[in-house]
Amino acid sequence: MINLRPDLALICDWIRPGSRILDLGCGDGSLLAYLAANHQVTGYGLEIDPDKVARCVEAGVNVIQADVDEGLRDFDSGSFDYVVMTQALQALQRPDEAIAEILRVGRVGIVTFPNFGHWRVRLALATGRMPVTPTLPDQWYDSPNIHLCTVDDFESLCSERHWRVLARRLLDRSHREGLRNRMGPNLFSEVALYMLQAPEAH
Amino acid sequence: MGEAENGGRDTDSVGLVTPRRIRIERPLTLDCGRSLPQHELIVETYGTLNAARSNAVLVCHALSGDHHAAGYNSEHDRKPGWWDSCIGPGKPIDTRRFYVVSLNNLGGCKGSTGPNTVNPATGKPYGPDFPLLTVRDWVRSQAMLADALGIDCWAAVIGGSLGGMQVMQWAIDLPERLRHALIIASAPKLSAQNIAFNEIARQAILSDPNFHGGRFYDHDVLPKHGLKLARMLGHITYLSDEAMRAKFGRMQRVNQFSFNFDVEFEVESYLRYQGQSFVDRFDANTYLLMTKALDYFDPAREFGDKLSDAFARASARFLVVAFTSDWRFSPQRSREIVQALIRAGRDVSYALIESNLGHDDFLMPIPQYHKVLRNYLDRVAREAGA
Repeated sequence: MINLRPDLALICDWIRPGSRILDLGCGDGSLLAYLAANHQVTGYGLEIDPDKVARCVEAGVNVIQADVDEGLRDFDSGSFDYVVMTQALQALQRPDEAIAEILRVGRVGIVTFPNFGHWRVRLALATGRMPVTPTLPDQWYDSPNIHLCTVDDFESLCSERHWRVLARRLLDRSHREGLRNRMGPNLFSEVALYMLQAPEAH
Repeated sequence: MGEAENGGRDTDSVGLVTPRRIRIERPLTLDCGRSLPQHELIVETYGTLNAARSNAVLVCHALSGDHHAAGYNSEHDRKPGWWDSCIGPGKPIDTRRFYVVSLNNLGGCKGSTGPNTVNPATGKPYGPDFPLLTVRDWVRSQAMLADALGIDCWAAVIGGSLGGMQVMQWAIDLPERLRHALIIASAPKLSAQNIAFNEIARQAILSDPNFHGGRFYDHDVLPKHGLKLARMLGHITYLSDEAMRAKFGRMQRVNQFSFNFDVEFEVESYLRYQGQSFVDRFDANTYLLMTKALDYFDPAREFGDKLSDAFARASARFLVVAFTSDWRFSPQRSREIVQALIRAGRDVSYALIESNLGHDDFLMPIPQYHKVLRNYLDRVAREAGA
């Protein structure tokens, strides 16, 4: 796995070869390019940034220039095996509506987000400051993150909306699932990966 | 002839080009039911066809375009071809790698068989006897041209606006004859508003006393007034409100009202100039024919109005490009194309280019636009071994 971000590499383990995927906020298209080359996966990326769109085109990845907040309505229900959104949930206007849309368009949804319940975050807040951590490196005033949540918040949203959690991985920032992460996931994990399904889906 | 030589003007220009005439001796059956026993197409080519014949690119023109897409026809030309910003050595459609073919479509007025050429049956210009054409007819004619040039499969077919419609029709009708389809500032069919604008343009021409039912050649006059109005109207739809405001605002030639109908505002002067310069270079019958081809274009029609079913036949990879300030064929129209391609499971990328000018932006060298084209066509060239 050359140059693939560790969280993306973990997502690849979840995706069946030969499936059709939609990658929301696909960046330079590295996940799609990797999956196409190694797992015969076909699909499209959604990306709003013009430079990244041009890079996807350069890499031969199918990219649709659109905003995730409004871009999903163009897609038919159940038209993808997987809809993936990595590290973008917390930057959306309505993450809950976005996940509902993800689970409408995809038979399975995969989302990842930084855990706001991590002890570094809690420590910063306890000392009266907004957290600046390795996984949340921005200052409060220039952060794209407007809807941060903790692992426990996310779990409670899932159960409230009856989304089925098919799998979850709660990792430290080296993307390991160490003992501490298993003992106190909401305190020790920095990155959360969830595989979800709508209640009516099978 | 027809090969480009560098006239030494700019290093990224194809230089001096000489158009050539290609005679198609095979009969062409048209959608209207009539057929042309033979026809001629006027063509410019830039770059060199490689030994594998794999690097040919077809450029399809829009309503008022023609075969002269790049370079200069003489040392005295003030302006280069209509898409010179995009075609040339080192430009997005790189003539060091591609063999670029640009034609004047059948029914055009720049030398290809059309209303202003002589009907062999009568010895006089066809005029209104020239059949009305569809985008599909053009694709059939262009395929005959490809045969004549020995090109089995285009590396890419590229076009903006009405040109983009030809690209879509190529991909649907002759899927095995193109590897890539680049659809720029186009639409899957005209809206009622688009057709309405075309109808006013046609009425302007048809009601000009000098039109003579299309036989104005016989009367040695031109329906200049009607054609000019049609072009003025067209120009409004090619520009955004914002661009017109920026370019002209409410600027007046003199600083007070003259209380008559002479040119007062700069925008009036611009439109009159655009209209006037058009009548000297364009044929009214061709204008009518082009607007009808636009109105008729609807590839989904024979697929139960499902564009995705039409695209299910295609096998090319697609690039769709739209411009934020284009209201004639707005980004939403391009999204319809993209959505249908996704439904059909086709490979497609879609780029939305931030722009100011409007529909005409597809002719402009906007950096992001050219970057996307360049990146896409670089892969096309590599695949073609060019």
